Amino acid sequence: MDSLIRVQNLVKVYSLGEVEVIALQGVSLSIDRGEFVAIMGASGSGKSTFMNILGFLDQPTSGQYLLEGINGENLSRDELAEIRNRKIGFVFQGFNLLSRTSAVENVELPLLYAGTLTSKRKELARKSLSAVGLEGREHHYPSQLSGGEQQRVAIARALVNEPSILLADEPTGNLDTKTSEEIMGIFQYLNRDRGITIIMITHEADIASFAKRVILFRDGKIVDDHRNLDPANAVKGGAGK
Amino acid sequence: MTRLLASLRIALRALMVNKMRSALTMLGIIIGVSAVIAMVAVGSGAKARIAEQIASMGSNLLIVLSGSSTSGGLRFGTGTVPTLTVDDAKAILTEIPAVKYVAPSLGGVAQVVFGNQNWSTIVNGTTPEVLEIRDWRLSSGRSFTQQDVDGATKVCLLGQTIVDNLFGGIDPIGQVVRIKKVPFTVLGVLAPKGQSTWGQDQDDTIFVPLTTAQKRLFGMQFPGMVRLIAVQAREPELMKDVENQINDLLRQRHRIQPKQDNDFSVRNLTEIMATAEQSADVMSYLLGAIASISLIVGGIGIMNIMLVSVTERTREIGIRIAVGAKGRDILLQFLIESLVLSLIGGTVGIGIGVAGTLVLSSFTQWPTLFSVEAILLAFLFSGSVGVFFGFYPARKASMLNPIEALHYE
Repeated sequence: MDSLIRVQNLVKVYSLGEVEVIALQGVSLSIDRGEFVAIMGASGSGKSTFMNILGFLDQPTSGQYLLEGINGENLSRDELAEIRNRKIGFVFQGFNLLSRTSAVENVELPLLYAGTLTSKRKELARKSLSAVGLEGREHHYPSQLSGGEQQRVAIARALVNEPSILLADEPTGNLDTKTSEEIMGIFQYLNRDRGITIIMITHEADIASFAKRVILFRDGKIVDDHRNLDPANAVKGGAGK
Repeated sequence: MTRLLASLRIALRALMVNKMRSALTMLGIIIGVSAVIAMVAVGSGAKARIAEQIASMGSNLLIVLSGSSTSGGLRFGTGTVPTLTVDDAKAILTEIPAVKYVAPSLGGVAQVVFGNQNWSTIVNGTTPEVLEIRDWRLSSGRSFTQQDVDGATKVCLLGQTIVDNLFGGIDPIGQVVRIKKVPFTVLGVLAPKGQSTWGQDQDDTIFVPLTTAQKRLFGMQFPGMVRLIAVQAREPELMKDVENQINDLLRQRHRIQPKQDNDFSVRNLTEIMATAEQSADVMSYLLGAIASISLIVGGIGIMNIMLVSVTERTREIGIRIAVGAKGRDILLQFLIESLVLSLIGGTVGIGIGVAGTLVLSSFTQWPTLFSVEAILLAFLFSGSVGVFFGFYPARKASMLNPIEALHYE
C-alpha cells in the first residue's frame, strides 16, 4: 500500500524570546490511505504542533513531511492555502464555525475559496450535510444547533472538498459522552464506508479506542504506535446513507 | 466574479451586524462629502454669477478712453479731456477687420424731469451699435437709429431705474422727459441688467443720440469729440490683437511721437472680469480643499473601525485561512467592506450635500451651482478614501498567522 503521509525526522523548535522550546524532536512515521489514527498525549507533548504541520498550517524547523508526495517546505503562504483547500479537511475542538452564517454557507466556505460556481457549491454543501445526517438543517445558524450538530457541520465542511485526509483536533473535547460517541460513529462510517483517511488528536482513551491505530506522543517524540485490532464500535448516530 | 460577489455578500453581512457602528463610521464620510458638495456648489455659483455679469457687460469688449493729454505742462487724467473723435471710431471700425462694432460715446450726469418727479442720472450720447456691443435688449418701444444720430433728434432710451423713479406706473413710451431742461421723447425702455461687478446699477442710465448729446447737453469746444469708444472684437481670441491695433492706429492718427505718451487708453474689461472670475475659482478650490480635510478625517475613522473589526474577527479570519482562503481573498473581503462603507457614506453625503445647499441658498440667496463633475468626483474621492484607509487593516488581516488566529479568544 502506498503511503499517504510520510514524515521523516521532523523537528520543530519555537523560540519564545530568549527561551527555545523544542516541540518536536525527530518524529518519523508513515500513514497509509484509509487509516483511522488517533494521536494521544498529554498537553505539551507536541501532538498539536505535529497536527499543525500535517495540516500545512505550520512549517517544520527541520525534517521532511510529504503528503501524497507533496513537500510543503518551499511553498508560499498562498500555495499552502491551496493545498489545505484541496487536500485537507479540518475539524476543531471548538467547532470553529462562522456565527451568523447558516450551516450550508459554512460548509460552502472551502468551495468558495476553490472558486466553485454558486449552484455547484450549494449542491455539494447539501450533499455533504446529508452525509453527516443534517438534512433539513441547512439554513440553521450555529447558535440554533446543538454542540453535536455544530461539530457535524464542521465535519461536513471538512469533507466538502473531498480531501485526502481529515484532521481532527480534539473533535469531542467540547461534547458530552453520548454526543462524542455519535461523532465517532460518523468518523467510523466515513472511514469504513467512504474510505476517508482520518487523523484525530485526543487525550481520552475512550475516544482513541474507536480508531484503528493509536500513536502516543510524549515530550515531542513518539513513544508508542500500535494497531487497535478490535476498535470499539460506535453507534452510527443518524449519520448518512 | 463568483468570488467577488461572495466577498460583497460577506462584507454587507458584516456591516449589517454592527449597524450602529457602520452608521457612525459612515458619518465621517457623509459629513466630508456633503461639505465638499456644498462648498463647491457655493464656489461655482459665485463663479457663474460673475460670468453672467461679464455677459451682461457685453462680450469681447474693449473701451478706448480719451484723455491724459499734456497741455502746457499740465497733465489731465484719463477721460477728462476729450481727445477722441467720431472719426477715430469710424477709423477703428473700417481699418481693423477684427472689429465688429464700435460705439463712440459722450456722457455726463444730468437732471431728468418728468411731471413733478426728477432724478439725477448718467446720460450717454452714443450710437445704436451700443445695444449690440453690450448685448442689451429693449423691454418695450424701439431704439433710435442712425438717422436720429445724423439728425440730432431729441429722443431717448430709458433704463429701468429711471422708469421706476419717474413714471410710477405710467407707460413711458411716447412721453416727453426733460434732460437739462431740453425735452426728449422716450422711444424705448432698456431691459433690466442689474448690478455690475463693482455694485453699480447698470439700469440707472439714459441713452440719447451722440450728436444730440454733443449739441444740446454737453456742449463741446470742438465738435465731434467723444469721451470714450466702445469696441467689440469678433472673437475673444482677437482681443489682444485688436487692442494693439487700436493703439497703433490711434497713435498714428493723433500723430504721437515714438517717445510720447498716449493721449488715450485702451481697457480690456473682459480681462478685468476674468481676474474676478479667477479669484472666485481660487475661493472654490480653497473651500473644496478645506472640505476635503473632513473627508480624510472620515477616512481615518474608517481605518480605525476596520482595525477594530479585524481584531474582533481574528478567529473568523483564521478559519477562512485554514480552509484555504489566500491572502488576496482576505484582503479583498476587508477592502470591499471599507469600500462599501465609504461609498454608501459618499452616496448619502451627496444627497445631504445637495439638500443642504438648496436649503442654504434659499435662506441666504447665495447663488449655487451643482456640477455633475463635482458630484462624481466627490463620489470617486470617497471611494478612494475607502480603499486607501481600508488597505492597511485589510493587509493586516490577510497576513494573520492561521494557528494563532484560530486560538484567538
